[in-house]
Amino acid sequence: MAWYVGRRLLQMVPVFLGATLLIYAMVFALPGDPIQALGGDRGLNEAVAAQLRAEYNLDKPFFVQYLLYLKGILTLDFGTTFSGREVIDVMGEVFPVTFQLSIMALTFEAVLGITVGLIAGLRKGKLFDATALLVSLVVIAVPIFVIGFVLQFVVGVKLQWLPVTVGGDVTFRTLLMPAIVLGAVSFAYVLRLTRTSVAENLTADFVRTATAKGLSRSRVVNVHVLRNSLIPVVTYLGADLGALMAGAIVTEGIFNIPGVGNTLYRAIQQGQAPTVVSLVTVLVVVYIVANLFVDMLYALLDPRIRYA
Amino acid sequence: MTQTSSTATGAPLRPNGDTPLLQIRDLEVSFSTSTGLVPAVRGADLTIYPGQTVAIVGESGSGKSTTAHAIIDLLPGTGKVTGGSIMFDGTEITSADKKTIVGLRGSQIGLVPQDPMSNLNPVWKIGFQVKEALKANNVASGAAANARVAELLAEAGLPDAERRAKQYPHEFSGGMRQRALIAIGLAARPKLLIADEPTSALDVTVQRQILDHLQGLTEELGTAVLFITHDLGLAAERAEHLVVMYRGKVVESGPARQILAAPRHPYTQRLVASAPSLASRRIQSAKERGVESSELLATTHGDGVSAKRDDVVVVENLTKVFKLRGSRPGASTAFKAVDDVSFSIKRGTTMALVGESGSGKSTVANVILNLLEPTEGTIYFDGVDLGTLDKRKLFEFRRRVQPIFQNPYGSLDPMYSIFRTIEEPLRTHRIGDKKSREARVRELLDMVALPQSTMRRYPNELSGGQRQRIAIARALALEPEVIVCDEAVSALDVLVQAQILTLLNDLQAELGLSYLFITHDLAVVRQIADQVCVMKSGKVVEASTTDEVFDNPREPYTRELLAAIPGADLDVVPAGPEEGLTA
Amino acid sequence: MPDAVSTRKHQEHFFAALDDTPLAAVDTVDEEAAPASLWADAWRSLRRRPLFWISAALILLVVTVAAFPSLFTSVEPRFCELRNSLGEPSAGHPFGFDRQGCDIYARTVYGARASVAVGVLTTLAVVLIGAVVGAIAGFYGGWFDSVLSRITDIFFAIPLVLAAIVVMQMFRDNKTITTVVLVLGVFGWPQIARITRGAVMSVKNADFITAAKALGASRVMTLIRHVMPNAAAPIIVTATVSLGIFIVAEATLSFLGIGLPPQITSWGADIAKAQVSLRSQPSILFYPAGALALTVLSFIMMGDAVRDALDPKARKR
Repeated sequence: MAWYVGRRLLQMVPVFLGATLLIYAMVFALPGDPIQALGGDRGLNEAVAAQLRAEYNLDKPFFVQYLLYLKGILTLDFGTTFSGREVIDVMGEVFPVTFQLSIMALTFEAVLGITVGLIAGLRKGKLFDATALLVSLVVIAVPIFVIGFVLQFVVGVKLQWLPVTVGGDVTFRTLLMPAIVLGAVSFAYVLRLTRTSVAENLTADFVRTATAKGLSRSRVVNVHVLRNSLIPVVTYLGADLGALMAGAIVTEGIFNIPGVGNTLYRAIQQGQAPTVVSLVTVLVVVYIVANLFVDMLYALLDPRIRYA
Repeated sequence: MTQTSSTATGAPLRPNGDTPLLQIRDLEVSFSTSTGLVPAVRGADLTIYPGQTVAIVGESGSGKSTTAHAIIDLLPGTGKVTGGSIMFDGTEITSADKKTIVGLRGSQIGLVPQDPMSNLNPVWKIGFQVKEALKANNVASGAAANARVAELLAEAGLPDAERRAKQYPHEFSGGMRQRALIAIGLAARPKLLIADEPTSALDVTVQRQILDHLQGLTEELGTAVLFITHDLGLAAERAEHLVVMYRGKVVESGPARQILAAPRHPYTQRLVASAPSLASRRIQSAKERGVESSELLATTHGDGVSAKRDDVVVVENLTKVFKLRGSRPGASTAFKAVDDVSFSIKRGTTMALVGESGSGKSTVANVILNLLEPTEGTIYFDGVDLGTLDKRKLFEFRRRVQPIFQNPYGSLDPMYSIFRTIEEPLRTHRIGDKKSREARVRELLDMVALPQSTMRRYPNELSGGQRQRIAIARALALEPEVIVCDEAVSALDVLVQAQILTLLNDLQAELGLSYLFITHDLAVVRQIADQVCVMKSGKVVEASTTDEVFDNPREPYTRELLAAIPGADLDVVPAGPEEGLTA
Repeated sequence: MPDAVSTRKHQEHFFAALDDTPLAAVDTVDEEAAPASLWADAWRSLRRRPLFWISAALILLVVTVAAFPSLFTSVEPRFCELRNSLGEPSAGHPFGFDRQGCDIYARTVYGARASVAVGVLTTLAVVLIGAVVGAIAGFYGGWFDSVLSRITDIFFAIPLVLAAIVVMQMFRDNKTITTVVLVLGVFGWPQIARITRGAVMSVKNADFITAAKALGASRVMTLIRHVMPNAAAPIIVTATVSLGIFIVAEATLSFLGIGLPPQITSWGADIAKAQVSLRSQPSILFYPAGALALTVLSFIMMGDAVRDALDPKARKR
């Protein structure tokens, strides 16, 4: 097991380096001169601009810039925004919000997706299954922002059950509707994955043998069908945490949530390269770590992998 | 309609033995498909008395497994009992409610399933899966259950049972898993045990051990056994009463010995004639050739050069080592799959490489096909060292040696029509034009006794035996001298197997082919081979002529293999083969 | 086996009459039936599915609208008059007008082109990159596989929408359909690559591949002639579903204001604009969003139908 973890960690290194390099290159290829933009319409005088460039290492060759940046990440020094704030302080503010939102979304999609998927899988071909499948297709097909608008309009404006936007008031209640919107598409995928997996395991030989032992139907379903079917679902859910945090950008925009997505979006539009790179890098790291975690989880859930 | 040749109705063997434990009458089972109801069992009768062993014999699709599954209401998919009755110990199963059925399963009727690889849940420990059976049937619980689990596993012949119970299925070999499944099946001491081809996935020697053990155990416990098998010899050896099924119907049933000695139904007669375990002699047509070549050998003995010419393939000191990647870096281990193997194949004869799984026999085949590089040793083909061939020469060599594989489902590209499949070798070697190639494909289809119209079809439309004929036609397309048959008949039903063996024999006589026949089945060897090499753990342990190996085995391992052939000790002279067996 | 076998009741030697159980010749070929290749089989199974016909009809409709929008409306989508702002449906304007006074029906019809073009072109790009990378990694293995798989991981680790946002910022001033396709293609291929790699690996050990090798067929030829056709099914299914997903991605980018430029009529941008009028007139949102959802739905349903039809378990034998 230790060697398995070690090998996975080792494989992470090139992925981390490659991904950060790619992001860094993309962000620094952005058009326009951010330093000049700082000065507004009048522009900065050359001396100040040069000093700022030196401070952000913008006067050095690209690879040197990248390596200095990498050194910063490894020492948790993400630098400062152009307006002078420590990037790490900004992250400390916005990441908890997005994290809470993503965890809520994950819980929603897991509980509802697995429950509905299990029932649909057990009743494959029946009315419940067909309905669940159709709902999942529609949820995947309708863009997340349309779902967001509609829920916001119906639940927030018309029915006034939940607040329309979040703003500075980050609580479970205000985040509830955004979390459902954020988790909607993944809910559909979890449902479909659980359904397929359950239906497949139901016809497995070992399930027939378990039934032949004299086990009750509920025990066969819970101990043999569900346990085995959850392996791919849990794997998906683990990897989805990273995807949800990165995908929150649209949801956070609609509901005006002060999270990573909103901050990132503004930083991109303002050409705040160091902030963008830092936020995206952390998101990628979250994603890679989540995947590593999934691999461990997979090994725990499936004894066959442990010794591979 | 029903004819009975009854012998004396003697007294029952055991007390309480005069009322049947299980009585099946006119059972009908159908599967609903998109084209309507498809019958799988069409009026089957079966009777089992307490403590008795009864076997259902039949080929795939005969309805034998479906009948067995109907008894414990575990028909797969859309299967339904559509008629007849199944009376078990006073309970009518076809009309019983769910609760009654669940009550019967495990505690009254146990099941030992077919494939040990897929019948244990991979994510639970073995002990857990045995304990479940105990708890569900209220046999034991808590600490008593744990102790009982170890007892049961030990009873099923699993050494070190307490430690084994804490392991997962993937840490078990096939034989060990089957023992665990037997422990599960017998956990609640059922009155009837259904054993559905319990050992067909295992090596012969393991098969014998497990069946011996199962037989001892059920006799001791007084459990009745319904034994499902495709092997008539095995059935006759293990059961006192046989039921032969064919296309969903019982065509013959009765005492095992009577059926073997005097089969009445033509289908049973065919089965008795073709069962490899019973018809243990060389198929006739090619026997003379075998004699001829050994005479030829005798005259040229001592003359090195011409002896080489006569040996189409010579394997000298072949060793093949595989590097296995370990679970951690640097932990890779070397695995010697083939260890210093030498033999030769005389032109126009059949050499059989016999061994159990892991004996290295298939590795030898792949080295001869030049699909694997030997680690050490040399292969001479027609006197030429294969290791010295350049790319162009190797391409030429490919024409002269062709393979036929075990799995007729996997050896043909499902996307290719039969015409394209057989034509591919000709195209690859740029032989002939479009027209002459088509003529050749037709000719090859004739050779393997398939209608020429088959060439428009696709592999999924053909049966296993037909696919194997196509594979033979493809192998013959380039007019090779040697054909390597890697378990080429192992996956086929008995009657089809007999047909393919006859075809291979005829082709050998006609075209002067040499075969390297890789198999685990000594019964098949007797029917086709002239020379035999017995392999064990990468080494050749015995090499001789087929007759010598069968009549006069020198090595204990060979004797063990021979003893493991089911039905080997049944002294039954089979009836002559039926006319018109070939399709 | 006990030697003295007593024949009990119901266990006497029985055999069925031959005319009741006639013997069939072993292994005959049905010469009458039509040949059935995998594709013919799949087609036969597809033909029976209503889901397939519904999605096929929808896809045909959307593609026709995208190719010839002028067949469906004579109104110019970019001809907007403020005096029509939020106008009710009227003759010739069945869906009414949006805030800028543009005809919603015309905009919905003309919006199809951008979505379909982005969906189809991106899918082509993604299949091209992904299938080649996946096939090489899966078939050749070893170092090829290690390097290509890590590169795939790198692109997989960067979320599609995030990457698109950053890159589209580069093209801020000259965004076209091509740039959107390029961005989605460059960051969208890893999924197809992984699926292709898996499919190729499961095919490459089949006996018919070994048979081709034993015939002397070259590696490349084996890959092209035997491996890829057999690995095609999952790629086709994933590609069909992805087509829908890419349409959604384009809409998301346009919604964020960094997708297609305002000159190109697109559903995503129209949905974004409808947000402000949502409270007064929800129908402005409904039409472009409905058209988008229906288009995506038809592609996903098609993918589902094809997946079921190509399922090897559903095939006979």
